[in-house]
Amino acid sequence: MEKNKCKNCNKEIENEIFVLNLWVCPYCNYHHTIDARDRLQITADSNSFNELGKNISSVDFLNFYDIKSYGERLKETRLKASLDDAIIVGDAQIEGNDVALGIMDFGFMGGSMGSVVGEKIKILSNYSIGKNIPLVIFCTSGGARMQEGTISLMQMAKTVSSIGRVKENRIPYITVITNPTSGGVSASFATIADIIIAEPHALFCFAGPRVIKQTIKKNPPPDFGSAERNLKNGQVDMIVNRGDLKDTLANLLRLFRG
Amino acid sequence: MDLKKLEEIPKNYLKEILGSLSKLEKLKKIPFFTGIHFKDAERALERKIETYKSVERDARRVWKIVELSRNDNRPQCRDYIKGIFEDFVDLSGDRLTGEDKSIIAGLGKINGRTVAAIGHNKGKDIKERMIYNFGMGIPQGYRKSQRIMELADRFGFPIVTFIDTPGAYPAIEAEDDGQAGAIAKSISVMFKVKVPIIVVLVGEGGSGGALALAIGNEVAMLENSTYSVISPEGCAAILWKNPSGTKLAARELRLTSGDLLKLKIIDRVIPEPLGGAQNAPERMVKIVKRYVTGALERYVRISGDELKSAKASKFESMGFFNKE
Ligand SMILES: [Zn+2]
Repeated sequence: MEKNKCKNCNKEIENEIFVLNLWVCPYCNYHHTIDARDRLQITADSNSFNELGKNISSVDFLNFYDIKSYGERLKETRLKASLDDAIIVGDAQIEGNDVALGIMDFGFMGGSMGSVVGEKIKILSNYSIGKNIPLVIFCTSGGARMQEGTISLMQMAKTVSSIGRVKENRIPYITVITNPTSGGVSASFATIADIIIAEPHALFCFAGPRVIKQTIKKNPPPDFGSAERNLKNGQVDMIVNRGDLKDTLANLLRLFRG
Repeated sequence: MDLKKLEEIPKNYLKEILGSLSKLEKLKKIPFFTGIHFKDAERALERKIETYKSVERDARRVWKIVELSRNDNRPQCRDYIKGIFEDFVDLSGDRLTGEDKSIIAGLGKINGRTVAAIGHNKGKDIKERMIYNFGMGIPQGYRKSQRIMELADRFGFPIVTFIDTPGAYPAIEAEDDGQAGAIAKSISVMFKVKVPIIVVLVGEGGSGGALALAIGNEVAMLENSTYSVISPEGCAAILWKNPSGTKLAARELRLTSGDLLKLKIIDRVIPEPLGGAQNAPERMVKIVKRYVTGALERYVRISGDELKSAKASKFESMGFFNKE
């Protein structure tokens, strides 16, 4: 029997139980990071998802070279990751409710936001407005994609503007913060939602613990940036277990219908 | 190949070049390879060395700009406000939890017209820097900025912002107070207002903390200022995993005014006095005054709805990607 070790409590979890429990540790409730395909499967009604913006892909337009070229990094990441970039967008149903759905993937270059993430969120926003259906985005990201230079910073502006139009059209916008969500994504589309839901223990901050440690020269408290601390500080609406997310989203979507 | 050339190769690339060289030497030992191939391979290698050397030279050029952008004697937001505005009044507080001195906000007159000014101020000596927190904003500052922008919008006052910050302040309290949400909200408010917004990057344009004040109908940049998603030091630490990559990172990030104009992230480059703004601060302020005055004249004629939608489509069209 294949076994997995919980990243938090180190206890062994049988593979079957792990999958049935949606990659949440049955002993300590630690929510393990999952890729966008798995997230889609446990969120959208079966066969309800139609992908949008499939035809766009990242390009090394700056010839960015650190110890490797961005082009090469993209090639390597595409072979490993579950997606072609750090987000998948499309239309879907959640318990029969139509939504414009975006799901980010931390496995693709740390969920970093470059031109493609920005453009896909714009496409999704326009779709949400065109169909007059709520916008739901699952966030996870280490921040902006440095290999696209200042253009990656501009994606913060681009996504806020696109989603701003969704909000002006009085269409509900809900984000689900998953572990980890930080940097440019936190300081743009993740935090302008009407409702912000977080998974338990998800790290949700602008500057990550490592950056904070450099500034204050000591370790930040263990709960720094956690969903629980954010709830206490009034930065998120609720913390919802992965197993209850679908029901919670469906309920909210029904409530917004008035 | 002339081995002397190897001494001139930037250290970061030496390993790769040495690797290719030893591969070439191995190939030379294979009896049926003819010399002409080696000549080609050697020439290719030499070209590579030349490229690396020019990259290194360029990185040094860019690093000089980074240093200029951080120069203590460059005029700062406070100097521009003094030199450009009349009857300026500072306004304080976010009306929620506090006041952030790193971000200056207020109202004043330009050519008889009331204009709101908002900007980061770093401070010039250590005492000032402590007061202004090195120009690193906290949520209270971004919320104060939102408050003044909304006020300006209601009364039809144009907005001018001056960007000069290493970035938002990375601190536990700032995070607890909602740093991410405050920056996002600031960006969002700047898209909503219908009065003209003129943005001038005057020094360091550091990441989200800079962007929070930089959504402009027109974004101008002083010649030797920078605008970057991450500091070169931060980028080198993450990608090169070594501070030795800092100068190269500065080049790769394309953070100079010239690069950003080409990428259409900014609309205009404002030339600086010879050698940089620090050499003639008063003249620099006058040059910016002329620019701001002219820009306001151009933008106050445009209707609010048009300003708002043009701003949205400008920023929403930014990005480079392949489309099948
Ligand atoms: Zn566990």
